Parts: sequence; C-alpha cells; structure tokens
Amino acid sequence: MQFTLEVNGRAHTVDVDEDTPLLWVLRDEIGLKGTKFGCGAGLCGACTVHLNGAPTRSCSVPVSAVANAAVTTIEGIGDIPAGAQLQKAWLDVDVVQCGYCQAGQIMSAAALLARTPTPNDDDIISAMNGNICRCGTYLRIHEAIKRAAKTSLGSTITKQRT
Amino acid sequence: MLRKCLSANSTDRSSPNDIAGNAPTGRTSRRGFLKATGTAAGGMLLALRFPTLAKAAASGAAQKTSAALTAFVNIAPDNVVTIVAKNPEIGQGVKTMLPMLIAEELDVDWAQVRVKQADLDPALYGNQHAGGSTATPQNWDPLRRVGAAARQMLVEAAAKRWNVATDECATASGQVLHRASNRALPYGVLAEDAAILSVPPLKSVKLKDPKDYKIIGHSIPGVDSPLVVKGEPLFGIDTVVPGMLYAVFEKCPVFGGKVVSANVDEIVKLPGVRHAFVVEGTTNLNGLMPGIAIVADSLWRAEKARGKLKVSWNGGSTSQQSSAGFARQAAELSTKTPERSLRNDGDTAAALGSAAKVVEANYSYPFIAHAALEPMNCTARVQDSKIEIWAPTQNPDPGRKLVAQTLGLNERDIIVHMTRTGGGFGRRLATDYMVEAAWITRAAGVPVKLVWNRADDIRHDFYRPGGFHFLKGGLDANGKAVAWEQHFISYGRNGKFAPSADLSPDTFPANRIANLSYGVSLIPLGVPTGPLRAPGDNALAFVYQSFIDELADAAGKDPLQFQIDLLGKDELLPGKGPGFNTARVRGVLEKVREVSGWGQHKLPQRTGKGVAVYYSHLGYFAEVVEVTVANNGTIKINKVWAVGDIGSHVINPTAAYNMVQGAILDGFAEALHQQITIEGGRVLQANFDTFPLLRMAQAAPIEVHFLQTDNPPTGLGEPPLPAAIPALCNAIYAATGKRIRSLPIDAAMLKA
Repeated sequence: MQFTLEVNGRAHTVDVDEDTPLLWVLRDEIGLKGTKFGCGAGLCGACTVHLNGAPTRSCSVPVSAVANAAVTTIEGIGDIPAGAQLQKAWLDVDVVQCGYCQAGQIMSAAALLARTPTPNDDDIISAMNGNICRCGTYLRIHEAIKRAAKTSLGSTITKQRT
Repeated sequence: MLRKCLSANSTDRSSPNDIAGNAPTGRTSRRGFLKATGTAAGGMLLALRFPTLAKAAASGAAQKTSAALTAFVNIAPDNVVTIVAKNPEIGQGVKTMLPMLIAEELDVDWAQVRVKQADLDPALYGNQHAGGSTATPQNWDPLRRVGAAARQMLVEAAAKRWNVATDECATASGQVLHRASNRALPYGVLAEDAAILSVPPLKSVKLKDPKDYKIIGHSIPGVDSPLVVKGEPLFGIDTVVPGMLYAVFEKCPVFGGKVVSANVDEIVKLPGVRHAFVVEGTTNLNGLMPGIAIVADSLWRAEKARGKLKVSWNGGSTSQQSSAGFARQAAELSTKTPERSLRNDGDTAAALGSAAKVVEANYSYPFIAHAALEPMNCTARVQDSKIEIWAPTQNPDPGRKLVAQTLGLNERDIIVHMTRTGGGFGRRLATDYMVEAAWITRAAGVPVKLVWNRADDIRHDFYRPGGFHFLKGGLDANGKAVAWEQHFISYGRNGKFAPSADLSPDTFPANRIANLSYGVSLIPLGVPTGPLRAPGDNALAFVYQSFIDELADAAGKDPLQFQIDLLGKDELLPGKGPGFNTARVRGVLEKVREVSGWGQHKLPQRTGKGVAVYYSHLGYFAEVVEVTVANNGTIKINKVWAVGDIGSHVINPTAAYNMVQGAILDGFAEALHQQITIEGGRVLQANFDTFPLLRMAQAAPIEVHFLQTDNPPTGLGEPPLPAAIPALCNAIYAATGKRIRSLPIDAAMLKA
C-alpha cells in the first residue's frame, strides 16, 4: 500500500504493509538510519521521533497512522534551534559512550525544551525517564540538557536586545 | 607511590574541550588500507607495513597522495594524519583512546588527526578484541612505539633532505624542525619520503618523557560523537548492502533444542517472504544452534511471517531445568561436604570452634542477561563462495574462525568489517549471530541483514551465571577475623566450572585469614553462560564485600577501618595479573574515606553509607554509597564516591569519568532490578518490562577520583563495577539494619 509521509519537511512516498511500524519505514524504506530499534515495544525510547512535535515511539506506531503528520527525526532535529543546541551540548559535555540510544535521547530532550525551555531537574527526569541508556550516561545527558537550555535562554535574550 | 590525584564530581566533569578541533572519522585514505590483504610475517610489532606500499611510494607516482608510513599511520600532503583504530568500539572509547597513544608519540596535534576503524586483520594489527579491560594494558606500550617509529621515519626523511644529522632535528605539532637553521617541514611534505624508509625496530625507538604529553591525560571527546548526535549510520544494524534482504532466525526456546518439524512451506508463501528453511545447526551452544530462518523483503514482513511459524521442538534434557530447581539442588548440596576443595589453609573447623564469635550467612545471586541496546545483528554477503561480514562484535577473529569452521570455508575467504557497536558488556564476545548470518546468506544465496528482536536477545544470551555461597566467619575476642569457611555452589560438570562460574582460590581474604577454606560443588547446567562486564567479580564482590561488612559489624568495628585492618601489611599477594596489591587497596580505601567524609557526619534516620572495595581486571576501586530507604522500602541512592587506581595515567579523562559513572550505574541496575528466571529450560523474561535497566530517575550523582600510582595504566570497562553492588547493599544495611544476601534486592523486606 502506498503512503506519503512528510519527514523532516520532505515528502516521501513508500509502498509498505499498512501495519509496518514507522520505525522500519524511516530506517529501511526512506533510509534514515538515525532512529534506532531497541525493544519494539515502546519501552526503551531508542526509536523516538516527533509527530507534529510530540515525542513518539516510532516502533509502536503503524505507518498508516502517521500519513498526515509531520515527522521529525534525529536527521532533521538540527534544523530546529533547540535541536542544534542539544547536539552541540551533547558534544560539549561528551555524553556518548556506545551512542546507540543517543538519537532517541536527543529527540526526547528536544521535545522537552520545545515545551519547557528552562526545565528543572524534575522536568528533565520526567521527560527523559522513558529513554534507556544502557551505558549509563544519564548524568551527562542531564547536564547536556541543562547546558542546552541555558544556551537557548541566552539566545532569546540576545534577540530581545537587538 | 602516590603521585597525584585526578578528580571530578558529577557536575564538574573534566571539559572535553581542552583539545580543540576533533573531527569525525570518515576521510578515507586512498590507497593502502583497503589493499592490505597480504601481510608480512610476524605479529603486530613487526608487520607494520603493507607489502605493496613501500614500492608504491618509491615508484614516485606523479599524483601527490597520502602516504602510509605504517599500517597504523597515513599522512596526506595537507598534513592530515589518519590513524587506524585497531579494536572494536563498543562504547568503551578505544576508537579515540588507542589513536591518542599513537598521536602522542607521533607528535602531532589532535586537530590534525582523523581516525579510521580497522577491518579484521590480526597479522597487521595484532589482537583485535574488546573485552576484559585489556585494550589499555595490551596497547599502552606498543602503540606509543608505533607512533614513535613513524615520527622517527619522518625525522630521518627531513634530515636526509636537509643533509643534517637526525639528532639535530626535533618535532612539534606535526612538523620536523631544524632549529639550528631555523627550518621546518610539515609531516605532510615528508610523508612520501618517509614511507619508503624501513620501519625502525619498535624496541629501539625513543619515547617521550610523560611530562611532555600533550594528548595523553587530556580529555578528547569521542571521535564518532559528531556523527552519533546527527543520527548518521555507524552501527552494525545500519549496514546496507545492495540487493540485501532481511532475515530473522527462530531458535528453540529451550537451550539446545532441535527442530522436529516446521511449517516452512506455508511460511514461504507469505507476503514478502523469499526464503524459509530449517537450519539443522550444531550442538555447540556458542555456535550455530538449530532453528528456522525466514528471509523477506522487509524486516517487518519477516517478523510477521515468524508470528505464523508452527514449530515442533525437541528441547531435550535442558527442558527439565529451572531456577527454582537449581535453588533446591543448592540447598541440598550445602548440607554436604563440598565436592572439591579449592583452598584449605590452617584448620578452619577448629578455628571456628574456638572463635569468640561465629557469623553465618548464605548469599545468592541470579542469572542475568547483557541486554545491549543494539540487538544482535549481522549483515553478510556471499559471493563466489566467499563471505563478507559486517558485524557489531567484540570478537571478530573468533567470529571468523567460527564461521569458517561451521561453513567449511578458509578463513582467508571471509572478510570481517567491524562496525561501531551499540553496547557489548561481554555479550558480543560470543559470535553466534555472525555464524547465523553467514549460514543464512549462503543458504539463501543473497546478502542478508539478520536482526534479532529483543526477546531473542534476552532469551538467547550467554548469561552471567547465578551462584550460591554458604559462609561462616570466625572472630577472636579482639574482633579480628580468624576463620573463613565458604562452600560455593556453582554450575559446571565433571569438576569443570561453566563459563564465568568460577572462583579463584586466591580471592581475597585468602592469604590474609590464617584458617580459610574454599569448597566447591557444581550443578550441571544446560543454559549457556558467559562473561558479563567484570565477569566473576560482578557477583563475587557482592558476596565477599558484604560478608566482610557483616564481620566488621559483628566485631563492632567501623567497616572501612575493618577492611584496612584486614589487608595487613603492604604486600603483593597472589592474584590476577601482577597480583593483589594490598597497598593499592589501602590507597583507594583511604582516599574514599577522605572524599566521602566517611564517619564525619551524623546521618538522618534510615539513611546510611556503605563501603566496598574490589580489585578487578587490574584496576582497584573503593566506593562509598549513601542511601535513604523510605518506610515503604523504596531505595534512594543519594550520592556515590568512587576512587580508582588504574595506574600512572588516565589516558582520556573525559571518557574515564564517563566510564566509571556508567559502570557504577550498571552495577546498581544489576543489584536493584535484574534477574533471569529459567523455567522448563527456557527464559521467562523477554523485554525491558520484565528485565528492567536503570533509568535516569535512579541515576545518583557520582563523584569520581583517580589516584595516579607508579603502575602500568590499565582499562576501565570493568574495574569500577564490582564494588558498586556491595557498597549499595552495605549502605542499605547501615540505613535499615537489614542485610541483603540475595539479589536482586527485594524492596519489600526493607519496609520499616
């Protein structure tokens, strides 16, 4: 069955079974490998993408349910200021160990910053608790989100002054 | 002994930005690396050259191009230096750390460096595996020499060009300098000349004075991280081969079970399915097990078809095994004399008889899985009876051997590419998924990507074996430990321990308690076991360090001081590697006492601190954990202080702090949550709902300190983990008076 999806602002037409999870459409039909398979059951968050800005586990959403939604993946999140700031903060803090979960982590964090630009510790934990990092880089993930949030605030102030 | 202490707490981590300009890998050197199929004789230290390269460089090809000085170092005319990372990257940071060793002695700026992952080629690169925290101790010396050798070749090339003596030349930041004449040449200009020189014997090259290090000891961020945060394809599961199909492989849920019959004729007719067939397999639990392969045009269609599989299995004798049954057998064996004595010092029975106080306790821990976040997967392509493999693996060479043996191929007809790996933890030392992919691609005659689902991963692992320990400790009237009797009931057959189910007779406090006996009895096991991060130690530390804490408590002594007293005089006792160094144990204990404010503060009710120390994989760690246990039994870890002694250098501090924190959190996950339950010879758990991993809410702040001592540097994958578990359990005891003797921790028993 044919579906047309808007992914990172571009339309893609794919021909797949209607129950195919969005995860596999992104990875194997459209070729965006950044979204990762971890559990297939919405338990680990490695496959997190945004549907109309909301963090969503792409392993548990059939492609037929997203045909009219705007999908953002890790490959596109850098086009959004919060996404770019998070990616930079991730490098500045040197978060990554194996790196497999980090795309999903950044996607959950970007959704958090979009609705809560200056999150406190509890905000961060409740937004991120669904994303497993098997290597245990949580302390640095937490730190990177705080750092990105500060950057974000800084850029807002700069804009107001000009 | 102690030279200095490096520290970082959870909020003030060493900045990775002190070396600028790190760039991702990806620049491919044009000639050399991929042609390296033949090799010179000898090990890594000799076979530094691709046989064809010197000639290529000597032929004076008109086109200016990069030049391979050795198999590890390639320098382009623009002075970009490409360094080969020889070992698999599984998140432990070796793809950055090992090239740092070469770059330091090559005397280049890290900003010039690009890193390229090696394919499997042990004749060129030596041992290429990731396991046992061995990358640092095995490569610290040779890879610095590899860098120094290339530097020496560049100096020689410059000296020839200038017609001066080599000892008049110096190097700095990727240039050879002749200060007397104020001349300098970048390495990139000299590389082609240097590449035709012979590689000096590595033993003879001169190494830097460590005080001049500009890279070693400075934080360098992970070389792949810029690609990771953008979601670029790096991992095994991201591999794409033209014409590739997707494979799933269903094995018997009972370990070692065989296929009696399966409805593959129906499966092959399902949408998208191209092949479905029974794999007879072998009887090697670490190899190709029997099962059914389904190959389809998408992974989803392969999985859907798998849902319609009807298989009749013969589970064999393992289907009689269960965790509950093992516990019953252990209880029964504990009433008998151990089958075998591992160690018997003095007269333990008499010493226990005359002791002022005897402490008796039984400890147990379950099987646990690895649950690396990237599920097992492997891509394989068959072509002209040769096989090319892209594998996220810790163990590429044994993987190739297994494929060769199982498929009846020559090793030289199998190419193995090592991809970045989404976590190893020991699981990917086994190479079962590699041989499955290789078998399926050959049987189907098409390239395939085999992907396991999470249930496959949890249910077909090589588990950390469970174990049971029955202990008695005796104290004299002064509270000194005078007797230790231990009956370890483990798994194995015919006196041989199952993999990772063993106990060394030198395990501390052996050699420090005069009357000490270690006895062993074994339960036969049909469940595959294997190394999990800090194998052996991840379980034994819990038992030993908890029971020592019990003895301290019974003696009415401070647990940390009791540990120090138990060490006795500074001495090298028999043990792994160079031995168990009581001075180094004392060093980390003293330091953790200081940084944790041990005994300095009165803690609130149901809040307590616990301490533990362990020597694991050549590294020493002492850790203090502070917990608060709520009245309903909920455990909150408030803070962790960790002190490590991994020798004279912490090569990449940013990665080191990260690794210590991750390993400690890994230990907490094991202690708080994890167990694999065997029933009817199969595993009950299947995903992260039943086999939970630690989440951010449970990630306590962890302050990390390193003592730098005059010992060879060693790795960090394993050493910080073992002490975390008993330190946590001992803290819970301090907070509640309840002793944790069985894992995972049962919060219900901690209610007020």
